[in-house]
Amino acid sequence: MRRPDTTPTSAATEPAVDAPLLRFDRVERTLHWVNATLFGILMLTGAALYAGPVSAIVGHRVLVRNLHVYSGLLLPLPLALAVLGRHGTRLRTDLGRLNRWTRDDARWFRRTRRDDVTLGKFNPGQKLNAAFIAGAAVVMLGTGSIMHWFQHFPLDWRTGATFVHDWFALGIWLAVLGHIFFALRDGDALDSMLGGTIPAAWARRHAPLWYEELRR
Amino acid sequence: MTDPAAAGGASEPKTSAGTPVGRRVFLGLLGVGAAGVLLGARIQDWLERAVGPLIAKDGTGLASLLPIGRFRIYTVTGSLPSRSHADYRLRVGGLVDQPFELTYDELVAMPATTLHRDFQCVTGWRVPDVEWKGVALGALLDRAGVQADATALRFHSFDGAYTESLTLAQARRPDVIVAYQLEGSDLSDEHGGPVRLYVAPMYGYKSCKWLDRIELTKHVEEGFWEVRGYDVDGWVGHSNGRDDAPT
Repeated sequence: MRRPDTTPTSAATEPAVDAPLLRFDRVERTLHWVNATLFGILMLTGAALYAGPVSAIVGHRVLVRNLHVYSGLLLPLPLALAVLGRHGTRLRTDLGRLNRWTRDDARWFRRTRRDDVTLGKFNPGQKLNAAFIAGAAVVMLGTGSIMHWFQHFPLDWRTGATFVHDWFALGIWLAVLGHIFFALRDGDALDSMLGGTIPAAWARRHAPLWYEELRR
Repeated sequence: MTDPAAAGGASEPKTSAGTPVGRRVFLGLLGVGAAGVLLGARIQDWLERAVGPLIAKDGTGLASLLPIGRFRIYTVTGSLPSRSHADYRLRVGGLVDQPFELTYDELVAMPATTLHRDFQCVTGWRVPDVEWKGVALGALLDRAGVQADATALRFHSFDGAYTESLTLAQARRPDVIVAYQLEGSDLSDEHGGPVRLYVAPMYGYKSCKWLDRIELTKHVEEGFWEVRGYDVDGWVGHSNGRDDAPT
C-alpha cells in the first residue's frame, strides 16, 4: 500500500520504497580506502619482517623495512587531511557517532536479546573496532618510532616497544580480519563503502535511529 | 540485571547522546601501550622463562607465530649487509706471526664444531636450543700464531660499523666459534651470514655478525655496544644487570 503524499512526520512508520541514503561521502570513502591500502602494506610488510618463513620467501629486507617504516609514518596524514577543513563535516559527525555509546550499545554487547535494542548509524562492534584501530595505530606509531630510532631511548624501552608492537600487531590482524569478514557478510554495507549509498530498508533495519534522524 | 534508564536511552535520537566510550577505549589503549613500553622488558623476560619452553615443544607450529622465543633482527647500520660465498674473505691479523685470509670454502673445509645452546639477547628475548655449526675460534688462532704481547681480540664486521672484543682466554673456549650454519642451513644475511662469530656463553651482542676481520690486540678495545654502556664481559646471567639462566 503506497501513499506517495506522506508527510515527513509520519515517515518513520511508512513502509514505502525510499530512495537510497548517503551513508559515506566521497571524503570518507577515499579516506577508508587510502587507510585500507596503508594498513594492507603495513600488515604484509610487518609479517614479512616478523615471520621467518615469510621473510625467507620475500627477501629484500631493507626495502620491506623501508616500506613498512614510511607507510607507518604516513598513516596519520590521510586522516588529518580528511578531518580538517570544510570537506570533513560528515567525517567529523561520524567520528562523533563512533565515539558515543548509548545504553542500548552496551546492552547489545551482552547479547541476551538483540531484538529490543535500537541502534544508531554504527553498531557497537563497529564503534569498538574504530576505537581499537585508532588507539592501536597511535601505539604502533609510537612504539615503531622507538624501534626505528632506538639509539635515542633506553635499552629497556626498545625491548618494551618491541614487545608492545608485536602484541598490538596480533590484535590489529585479528581486528582487520574480523572487519573484512563482517563486511563480506553484508553486501549492502560493503557497497556503501564503494558507492556511498545504502538502501533505506537496510538503514531501517540495522540503524533505525539514524534512519529516523534522516527522515526528520 | 535491571537497567531502569535503558528505555529512555533508546529513544534518544541525537548523535551527541551517550557516553564517550570510544575516547576512553582510545586513551586506555595509549595508556596500555605506554605502560607496555616501560614494563615490557620485564614482562618479556617473564614470558620467555614461563612460556618459552612450552612454545618450543608445541607441535602445531601455530605458537611459533607468537612473539616469544624467536630471533629479532638488529642492524646498527641503515642497510642489511650482504656478501656472497664467492666474495667472502675472513682475515686474521694484528699481533700474529702468520696473518692470513680464508675463503668461505677454505673455512668450511676446516674441522667443524656443532653447538646446541639457547640464544639470549640482552634486550630480553631468548631462543631455545639453537643449532650452530662453525670452526672453533681457537683453531684459527693456532693457525695464525698469536704473539706473546697479544691479550685480546677485536672483531670487525663488514657492515662497516660494528666491532666486538674478547680476551684471549675467552676466545680459546671450545664454545666460541666462527659460525657459518644455523639450524642446518647456510647463515642468512639476517642472521649475520655468510660468516659470523658465535660466543655461546655470552649475550648476543658479543656474537659479531657479518664477520670480516679478526685482529689480535695488546689490550681489550671496547666494541660498538660496549662504548655505549654494555658490559665488556657479557656473560649471560652475570652481566648487564641481568639474571638470565646461563646459556
